[in-house]
Amino acid sequence: MSANGKPKFAMYWAASCGGCEIAVLNIGDKILAVDEAFDVAFWPCAADFKVRDVEGYPDGYIDLCLFNGAIRTSENEEMAHLLRRKSRVLVAFGSCAHEGCIPALANLTTADAIFDTVYQSSVSVDNPQRLRPQPVTRVAEGELRIPVFYERVKALDQVVPVDYIIPGCPPEPHQIWAVLEAIVTGATLPAPGGTIIGAGKVAVCEECPLEKHEKTIQRFYRPQEIVPEPGVCLLEQGIFCMGPATRSGCDARCPRVGMGCRGCYGPMDGVEDQGARMLAALASVVGVGSLRDEESELEHLIDAVMATLPDPAGTLYRFSMAHSLLERARPAAGVSP
Amino acid sequence: MSESYEPVIVGFLCNWCSYRAADLAGTARLHYAPNMRPIRVMCSGRVEPDLVLKALREGADGVLIAGCHPGECHYVEGNLKALRRYVLLRRLLRQFGIEEARVQLVWASASEGTVLADAVNRMTEQLRALGPLRWRQTVLGGNGHQPEDTQASAASQPAMEEAVTP
Repeated sequence: MSANGKPKFAMYWAASCGGCEIAVLNIGDKILAVDEAFDVAFWPCAADFKVRDVEGYPDGYIDLCLFNGAIRTSENEEMAHLLRRKSRVLVAFGSCAHEGCIPALANLTTADAIFDTVYQSSVSVDNPQRLRPQPVTRVAEGELRIPVFYERVKALDQVVPVDYIIPGCPPEPHQIWAVLEAIVTGATLPAPGGTIIGAGKVAVCEECPLEKHEKTIQRFYRPQEIVPEPGVCLLEQGIFCMGPATRSGCDARCPRVGMGCRGCYGPMDGVEDQGARMLAALASVVGVGSLRDEESELEHLIDAVMATLPDPAGTLYRFSMAHSLLERARPAAGVSP
Repeated sequence: MSESYEPVIVGFLCNWCSYRAADLAGTARLHYAPNMRPIRVMCSGRVEPDLVLKALREGADGVLIAGCHPGECHYVEGNLKALRRYVLLRRLLRQFGIEEARVQLVWASASEGTVLADAVNRMTEQLRALGPLRWRQTVLGGNGHQPEDTQASAASQPAMEEAVTP
């Protein structure tokens, strides 16, 4: 490492898809300004460093570490602890590190069931000996170890303390740049302690240009079942949209082009459980069931509408499962589709 | 603790009907299961799903939401909103492996002390049959992760039912 006095930058991926690294590169030629301002100390996707290099750094050597990905295996967890120790500022970067994201949907099932799908029951798998990966294997030369696959996926801040959170799946490039620019120019960031930066504070609806009227919907439509009327609120048309329960900051990119918000920026300020908040909002837009209906009939009428929203758990907690109030399904119970 | 298991029910009772039904059950000296911890809310439509989830997470074995009969809501349609939430919440909880009997919605008017008492009795028996939920210990504890919240700390933290039950 050169002793050129530049602050040290690291980026690491745990259980993630790699989209967050792409998002960082998506800031365009401003990446050159980042390169100018920082010395890369560790970034497996872009530069050749090894874990033992990081282990060799003194504690607090890395000035800024963007950590993306959820904590799925013991290796993810070890890296989280290592990078926490070596970094002055640790940022949970993107939805996986922030709140579990898609990997955390696995919390609705069990590690066994996942292994069964991957190594046994998929039609393309041929595994007559029913082999499964073993954390420890003894061979003539000694012991071979691979990371342990945990039962439950966690967010980064459920394993180590984080200083900042940049939400999004992936975070929007203009938001990434806004944060990096603030750091590069030495502007003061808000006080650390799991603070959300690079996003708004209110709901996506506030940024959404679609026209909103009173909502009374008779059923939910899946995207392939309906062509949305342009310029009109999607939820009003029965198209599931997480806007009312999701933090702004993305400029309502999805609703703008007729696709309901998926909720990737997580819950907005003051909301603990994004799915529960959205559930409450959905219940308010369903217009079925009135005081004229028979008391005994009401429940069936409403249930028929709710049935048009398949997989409520996976839909309402698509991104926030690890940080939801329940965090995971009871292991004994299977998943109903 | 399993031999002395008493279900803990968190009851959200609406101010205008169901809380008065509970009051009536009391003044009428009805005998019914003491397992419900009543919380008065202004309307069943005020019961956010978060409140139900939080109760389950923090140690309740079941949650009872009680409101006015449809058409009798003090706020006209608050109980309909509660019903819509409840119906969707029920579908959600199924996916989390939480039995239907653990979260129930009943209508009890101010004059129906017996209806409320019966509902509490019935639910207590159902929960007794289902056994304790103990979400923190059985679902969130002991999942292989190393830091704080593995079995060690889950065991040292008293369950809500132990802390509350006399």
